Amino acid sequence: MTATATSARSDLSELGRSETALRTFLHGLPGVDQVGAEQRAAQLGTRSIKTTAKAEAIDLAIRMVDLTTLEGADTPDKVRALAAKALRPDPADPSCPHVGAVCVYPAMVPHVAEVLAGSGVHLASVATAFPSGQAPLEIKLADVRAAVAAGADEIDMVINRGAFLAGRYSEVHDEIVATKEACGDAHLKVILETGELATYDNVRRASWLAMLAGGDFIKTSTGKVPVAATLPVTLVMLEAVRDFRAATGRQVGVKPAGGIKNTKDAIKYLVMVNETVGADWLDPDWFRFGASSLLNDLLMQRTKLTTGVYAGPDYFTLD
Amino acid sequence: MSERVAVRKTYKLFIGGKFPRSESGRSYLVQDSNVSLASRKDARDAVVAARAAVKGWAGATAYNRGQILYRVAEMLEGRREQFVALGVPADEVDAAIDRWVWYAGWADKLAQVYGGANPVAGPYFNLSAPEPTGVVAVVAPEAPALLGLVSVIAPAIVTGNTVVVAASPAAPLAAVTLAEVLATSDLPGGVVNILTGKITETAPTLAAHMDVNAVDLTGVTDAELAVELEVKAAENLKRVLRPAPADHDWRSDPGLARMTTLLETKTVWHPKGV
Repeated sequence: MTATATSARSDLSELGRSETALRTFLHGLPGVDQVGAEQRAAQLGTRSIKTTAKAEAIDLAIRMVDLTTLEGADTPDKVRALAAKALRPDPADPSCPHVGAVCVYPAMVPHVAEVLAGSGVHLASVATAFPSGQAPLEIKLADVRAAVAAGADEIDMVINRGAFLAGRYSEVHDEIVATKEACGDAHLKVILETGELATYDNVRRASWLAMLAGGDFIKTSTGKVPVAATLPVTLVMLEAVRDFRAATGRQVGVKPAGGIKNTKDAIKYLVMVNETVGADWLDPDWFRFGASSLLNDLLMQRTKLTTGVYAGPDYFTLD
Repeated sequence: MSERVAVRKTYKLFIGGKFPRSESGRSYLVQDSNVSLASRKDARDAVVAARAAVKGWAGATAYNRGQILYRVAEMLEGRREQFVALGVPADEVDAAIDRWVWYAGWADKLAQVYGGANPVAGPYFNLSAPEPTGVVAVVAPEAPALLGLVSVIAPAIVTGNTVVVAASPAAPLAAVTLAEVLATSDLPGGVVNILTGKITETAPTLAAHMDVNAVDLTGVTDAELAVELEVKAAENLKRVLRPAPADHDWRSDPGLARMTTLLETKTVWHPKGV
């Protein structure tokens, strides 16, 4: 390790201590070339992935799915059914891998935990007054502790967009640090809600801010606002985790969530991961899809590859 | 004044109310024109479009479907000369328009003829009502180009089904022109989808597709292919209309069979006196 890298590392860990230092750093990040990012993302989306490569991509994508239900109408039985599906997505084919995790509201965590126990499927819970994040800090932290105590081993928090957009970066930073502490051993995914951040520059700043504060994953969206995950936004975030690892040696995961509905889209994301940050991230530990309907499309495409016949939605469970 | 540069027409597919080229980029030369050569993926896309259209089309009132089908006949009438220019005999165009009107009339009458009240041993009203089966894959007859096509599309959609039609490979221009008629007739996109190209390429995909509910093999002339398609269709118990005999007279009275084969019957029991 070079001397500059070491000093850069210690510099970065100091940033959170002062609002000025944090602002200077975040605003000192190079701006994102919007047209360039969009064009690059569109270009990567044109790659053709076929036959065996496609089969492998589909299985990898299934393993990366955070099977999600975040509805007011969720019931214990519904989330239990979802958890059963997570364990064995395609009951007709035992060679089908299980998904990465199940993602539910904190109140539903105990019901899912009993199904997933010992299975290797992670249990994620959104917390911190999801999806708006507009609650006092103590309440957000209590939300997190309750979810972890109930059995969640991954916490998806939302950043305080109000504070971020008002330029109070320290406040956002300190909230993430406090949430990370409340998580204990649980992994922390930080939702930036990119649809509310307006610019790619803000996405880049928020990504760095979340990583500096100790987030294990950065996630695009809650899925509750009109604009969810897009390829260019995910590209900007992937570049941020790549640069962050180069600067600090710590690897952070990325999770696009919302709006990824079919296999074709999922494969575009995988191509982008491979081309932007490399194979290190092509693993469920470092890249996830927040999705619900995506899984069925992956299963239908998988069935098409194994049987040669196009599958129909009538033969797969709805949730 | 200089001579006009000819505007040559590319005949494309009709999927989901749009006219895309084949996803494969292929075309073939037939009837002196370039026509898209549909691939398996086009067939799949057409099924997706047809499935998406089922809810709205089957949910529309029978009266409304009849109105729209009648509108199609009106538009056909307006394009008469165009079909004649494509080589369709004028009397066949007339027959096709009449056929379309005939089927349009059945939209709000078939339920009375084919459904009804059943006498049962108990204090119940017992009613049977015909319902569309869903997505129907159709292999259109090779000839007559227009009358044959109309005779397989109209009976399928009048009851609320949506169709993916593999058009006659030798005479696809009438099919694509019919698509232009459908596109301007208030018919919702995806109710009729037309693929041009090889039957051997598109039909097996459609017959095997698990999201297709019925296949109409009317235009299949190769007996071996017909058997193969029926076997594929059996996988998820699709309804099957067998190939038409080679000497079938398309001008004869079509009867109700084409409509009734593509229906399910829903029977409801309703207690009396409550």
